Amino acid sequence: MGYVAVKGGTKAIQASVRMYKDKQHAKGFEIEVAHIKANMNQLINQIMSEASLYDRDLAALSILQAEGNMEEAVFLLRAHRSTLPRLYYSTVTNTRDMFVERRVSASFKDIPGGQILGASPDFTHRLLDDDQSFTGMHDEAVEASYTYSLDALPKVIDYLEQEGLFTKKPEDDNEPDDITKQTIEFPSSRSERLQSLTRGQTGAVTSLGYAEIRGYGYSSHPNIGEVRVGQQPMHIDPYDTGDAYYIGDIELTEVEAFMPADEDEMDDTGSTEKTFKIGYGLTFGQNETKAIAMSVLDYSLEHPVGNAATSDDEFVLLHIDSVESTGFISHLKLPHYVTFQSVLDRVRQTKGGDGQ
Amino acid sequence: MRQNYAFLDENSKKEIRRKTLKAISIPGYQVPFASRELPIARGWGTGGLQLTLSLIGQADILKVIDQGSDESVNAVNIRRLIQDTTGVTDTIHTDEATLIQSRHRIPEVPLKPYQILVLQVPLPEPLRPVEPSERITKQLHADKEYSGAWLRLFEQIMRYGSITDDADYPVLVGGRYVMAPSPIPRFDNPKLEGNDGLILLGAGREKKIYAVPPYTTVTSLAFLDHPFEVESFDDVTCRESGLTGVYMDELIDETTGETYYMTNDTSYMIEEMNKEGSVK
Repeated sequence: MGYVAVKGGTKAIQASVRMYKDKQHAKGFEIEVAHIKANMNQLINQIMSEASLYDRDLAALSILQAEGNMEEAVFLLRAHRSTLPRLYYSTVTNTRDMFVERRVSASFKDIPGGQILGASPDFTHRLLDDDQSFTGMHDEAVEASYTYSLDALPKVIDYLEQEGLFTKKPEDDNEPDDITKQTIEFPSSRSERLQSLTRGQTGAVTSLGYAEIRGYGYSSHPNIGEVRVGQQPMHIDPYDTGDAYYIGDIELTEVEAFMPADEDEMDDTGSTEKTFKIGYGLTFGQNETKAIAMSVLDYSLEHPVGNAATSDDEFVLLHIDSVESTGFISHLKLPHYVTFQSVLDRVRQTKGGDGQ
Repeated sequence: MRQNYAFLDENSKKEIRRKTLKAISIPGYQVPFASRELPIARGWGTGGLQLTLSLIGQADILKVIDQGSDESVNAVNIRRLIQDTTGVTDTIHTDEATLIQSRHRIPEVPLKPYQILVLQVPLPEPLRPVEPSERITKQLHADKEYSGAWLRLFEQIMRYGSITDDADYPVLVGGRYVMAPSPIPRFDNPKLEGNDGLILLGAGREKKIYAVPPYTTVTSLAFLDHPFEVESFDDVTCRESGLTGVYMDELIDETTGETYYMTNDTSYMIEEMNKEGSVK
């Protein structure tokens, strides 16, 4: 009986929680939230993105509390998010106003504004660095000089548009759906898809995006028109006066992926022209792989192919959320003996045993 | 960090209560709601918990059970969260409670008019085994097109000679909606019918709320020649209390290796045993 006694469960649980908490603190090696915030930027980025809560301090706290466990840290932040009243929406913000810290195009060698590598591990050698020569502090910061205005860089997509290779969709000024206030109903809207993708689990979004381009869906290579990382100014207009308040910057990663595709309509001569369509990715923090995968999935859900799972909004959106997938999988640890008794009864029945 | 009363912010609770009212107005119909993340994991009872948190007032008396037991790990955990954020009184006695949250069981003691039973639901869609797509199942419900649900049972009879659906056995509510009763054993299905109390079902991960209001007709799907059957405990007596005709746990005596049975609803068992002139 042990596990679910008539009495005693409470004590056992309290003891288990205590053991877990005791284990967390290795005496003499405790670290503080400030250390995590200062040193674990990329982990913080990933957690804020999956939690859809932009708060570096709370993300650092969640990492400490979760012993560095991603799913637990995301879970802590999401739960905290549920306690906060939603007071305002930010006003529309344009990523052309982003203060760019990093920006690369894989499609063109020379882009107006230039390639800006910024800070990235892309070109490091992944050699374990046991004398910490790489991660150690450098006394002098890298000086970057630049002639463009970093908060008004042109976009690579403009070039394609000028060439007539990309047709902008008409602007959609409908109020976006908010998946945290209204659950997604299918068929989903694009705003629901983008929100769901951007808070998706990094690994899940990446895997599905990978499947889409590897062989189950679009099955071809998109071209990254531009990936940019930088500080995006945010404003709110609580009294709807048109005179918005600046509330701060958030770090974002934005991806525009070019997908060669057929024009939707045939031209005058009745033949089909090729054009570029776009997949869009946007995440909190520097999360480049996820943002690229998101752009692939945004495209695959906008332009479904056959029976590909990655073209099916229900399949993608209902399975990429970290809190949902880890929660349901882990609940299998809970006792299920009432239902199992019921299963036993039916299995025995088919065996002609004591079911009847 | 400062906590809200009953954890969620007030606007979230209001939304959940509105969706609950809609669910009560359309018995058996799954109302979508914007399910919030809770400090308890998805799949561990967050649908039921959001209903409880949105409904609980300071005068409520709370009972939480899992697998028929007040002391099951998850019941303890959920009760602790509710109490930590509300300070309400709890009880193990079904009759005393005004709000009962349960996973996998409807208590043996019949519901009273002043009671709300909240059931935790993992898979709210009874048609999911025959149709993976949400947009199609929604259409099927709208059309009252339930041949898939019936065919599934029919195919089981063809294949195994009997219906093999175990717990979470589908029911028809108010003659209109086929509903997943949550993974209660078939034994508890008849308790859904014509209740004095209100039954609410919440699925957190799947973001649905639905309800069986008092005095609603609820019938388990079955055929004339293959009637609905509950789990059989006909020849079984509770070793602890001598009770019969209740849902039992099947246990193994560690010393003799013998199989024995014990009443699953532990608070009911204790109450019966404490009655004067009880069986044992």
